[in-house]
Amino acid sequence: MKKPDVLTGEYFVQGNFALAEGAIAAGCRFYSAYPITPASSIAERMALRMPQVGGIFIQLEDEISSLMSVIGASWAGVKAMTATSGPGLSLMVESIGLAIMTETPCVIADMMRGGPSTGQPTKPSQQDVLQVRWAAHGDYEIITLAPYSVQEMFDLTIKAFNLAEKFRVPCFILADEIIAHTREKLVIPEPEKIKTVDRKKPKVPPEEYLPFKPDEDLVPPMSCFGEGYRFYATGLTHDESGHPDMSAKTQRELTSRLCEKIRKNKKEIITVEKYFLDDAETVIIAFGTPARAAKETVKIGREKGLKVGLLRLITVWPFPEEEVAKIVSEAKLIIVPEMNQGQIIREVKAASSTAPIISFPKVGEEPPTPNEILKIIEKNTS
Amino acid sequence: MSRLKIIRNVIVIPERCKGCGYCIEFCPRKVLVFSENFNERGNHYPIPKYINNCIGCKFCQNICPDFAIYLEETEKVEVS
Amino acid sequence: MKESIKHLTNHERKHPLDSYLRKGMIPHIWCPGCGNGVILNCFLQALKELHFNLDNLVVVSGIGCMGRISGYINADAFHTTHGRAIPFALGVKLAKPELKVVVFGGDGDLLAIGANHLIQAARRNIELTVILSNNFNYGMTGGQCGPTTPLNAVTTTSPYGNVEHPFNAVYLAAGSGATYVARWTAYHVRNLVDSIKKALLKKGFSFIEVISPCPEIYGRHTKHMNAVEMMKWLKQASIIQNKIDPIKAEITQNIIVVGEFVDKEKPEYTDLIWGKIGKVERTYHKE
Ligand code: SF4
Ligand code: SF4
Ligand code: SF4
Repeated sequence: MKKPDVLTGEYFVQGNFALAEGAIAAGCRFYSAYPITPASSIAERMALRMPQVGGIFIQLEDEISSLMSVIGASWAGVKAMTATSGPGLSLMVESIGLAIMTETPCVIADMMRGGPSTGQPTKPSQQDVLQVRWAAHGDYEIITLAPYSVQEMFDLTIKAFNLAEKFRVPCFILADEIIAHTREKLVIPEPEKIKTVDRKKPKVPPEEYLPFKPDEDLVPPMSCFGEGYRFYATGLTHDESGHPDMSAKTQRELTSRLCEKIRKNKKEIITVEKYFLDDAETVIIAFGTPARAAKETVKIGREKGLKVGLLRLITVWPFPEEEVAKIVSEAKLIIVPEMNQGQIIREVKAASSTAPIISFPKVGEEPPTPNEILKIIEKNTS
Repeated sequence: MSRLKIIRNVIVIPERCKGCGYCIEFCPRKVLVFSENFNERGNHYPIPKYINNCIGCKFCQNICPDFAIYLEETEKVEVS
Repeated sequence: MKESIKHLTNHERKHPLDSYLRKGMIPHIWCPGCGNGVILNCFLQALKELHFNLDNLVVVSGIGCMGRISGYINADAFHTTHGRAIPFALGVKLAKPELKVVVFGGDGDLLAIGANHLIQAARRNIELTVILSNNFNYGMTGGQCGPTTPLNAVTTTSPYGNVEHPFNAVYLAAGSGATYVARWTAYHVRNLVDSIKKALLKKGFSFIEVISPCPEIYGRHTKHMNAVEMMKWLKQASIIQNKIDPIKAEITQNIIVVGEFVDKEKPEYTDLIWGKIGKVERTYHKE
């Protein structure tokens, strides 16, 4: 009897376990990484699980080779991912650019820790939120999802694979040490209830195939190695045939398509959670771990009679600017708790114009507590 | 009575030649010489002036960096 | 007198390797007399002699003049970032072991920025064929010194003479665990074709270094030689010494020991990984 790949059931496990199982449920069969705290337990889980489901786990010489092998595996037709933390992400930057330029579906999980440099290996942070957006040089849009619970580590990993496959982009899962290591309830549904997406394949014969000619959704169908298409892909600026072309026109067309294929599909990509927002005068905008505290803040605040609400960014990139703009235009006060010196607040400010926006940076170790956020509200509304 | 004869010909694709001179210099039988004419790129290209000396070693074909020269062999059976 | 004519080679006015070249990509960007073109020619010749099915081939390259080679071969091909062709190729090979994956790179690509990947892949003995075009400098960026530039050589970034000792690539590959190692120059076309054929059939990490003339940059600026003079130099400097210990495979500007140095068997990485997967799957589903 073959055991199912998806371990349907209820568990009490760490976020990294959930992420690994989410990847398997999404169809990931290639995992390559370099050990790094706090992502190593994903690798350990994958090392155990991948062979059980007929997939490949490898540990390579660094994060550069890890992501490069993921890109190679993806072009060989296998759903692939890697996971790391800040220092490893910094090494991956060059390969992220290649994945974007060659429109390679793949998933990169970043379990954020304090930086810069080696920073605080065992402490949580949200210091990479702008880095994942702007990692590679050049013009592009990227997708980043920010789970805030163990369950979401599972759910959003599946979503990350689906979006990566659909839009042919590297998709980030952005979490931190707390979510990685916290134990919580995880429900893994029946495999039939899990929706997975596979990349589009070409419908034309090899002679007619242009590997970078997009369909109407701006995403080109993708042939993989060994399928007889004999395509050529390059990190150089290329035309629809995939051949290098250094003209201004091709550079313009390619980079605008790399941006537009994400921007035009924002509705499908972006999700936010709105918590007590209907009559909220004070809105907390948060993602990941601080959103857990913020939710508590809203509960306590409401008990105290404060009109507080939470906009939780589940999709961080592309930034939900319309959602944020709407809320900001209706609120009297915006609080942005984040575990860094104030990064995502730049986007909030950019998307808004009316309400005062107060940054609440929290750096070093502990995530913001509900009471800390409450104090800021009370101080600024009284 | 029949007689077997191998006819060798060295074919040059002038528009591909970048004029490096490898084929001419390293042909063991000095079959090739540079053309008087220029190709579109402005290079002299090889011509098999002494083709009767060719031994069919294909060195010119294998060392050409630009796929501009190759050996063609034809077997001719003469029946009288 | 009657005549019957049989064409022994192709009779169309077309180069016999044209079907192995990607359509519309020739002429290539390389300079006149560039050894990279000779390597491409020999590689395609090897494929032809092996009757290799191009649908089963993946060509991967990095950055530099040699990086462009993937665009010229009529097979699935990927032009990656600088130095990273090997880990990309490793991902491809593991994910689809039935494919033959070949990596091409220059000395800067494979021995400087990508050297770690080279030795790690050799150590793992993954079935990849890696073909190094060693021209002793960075050609594409204008002739800077690199990991194979000889001591004292004058280049654009060593105007007073190079102060670094060069790598011996075959010794490095062999010492790292490659199971097939050879070195030829671009002059040794027949030996090179034969070595490439062996490498393509090798169940393990195969590495071929080709000493390649870069007449346009290294030739002009450092050696003061034109293409033919460079090729003559390679011919005269090289000594064939098959089977010798790679540590003795000397490489200087006066002596270039060429030959086939390593051809041995060792468990291969893809096999080991897929063997483990098969074993784990069997016991896991039995439990
Ligand atoms: S085949 Fe050999 S002998 Fe004939 S022209 Fe070419 S190099 Fe010379
Ligand atoms: S080797 Fe090729 S490119 Fe060089 S001169 Fe001969 S035909 Fe021309
Ligand atoms: S610069 Fe040197 S290596 Fe580069 S194409 Fe020209 S001759 Fe070849």
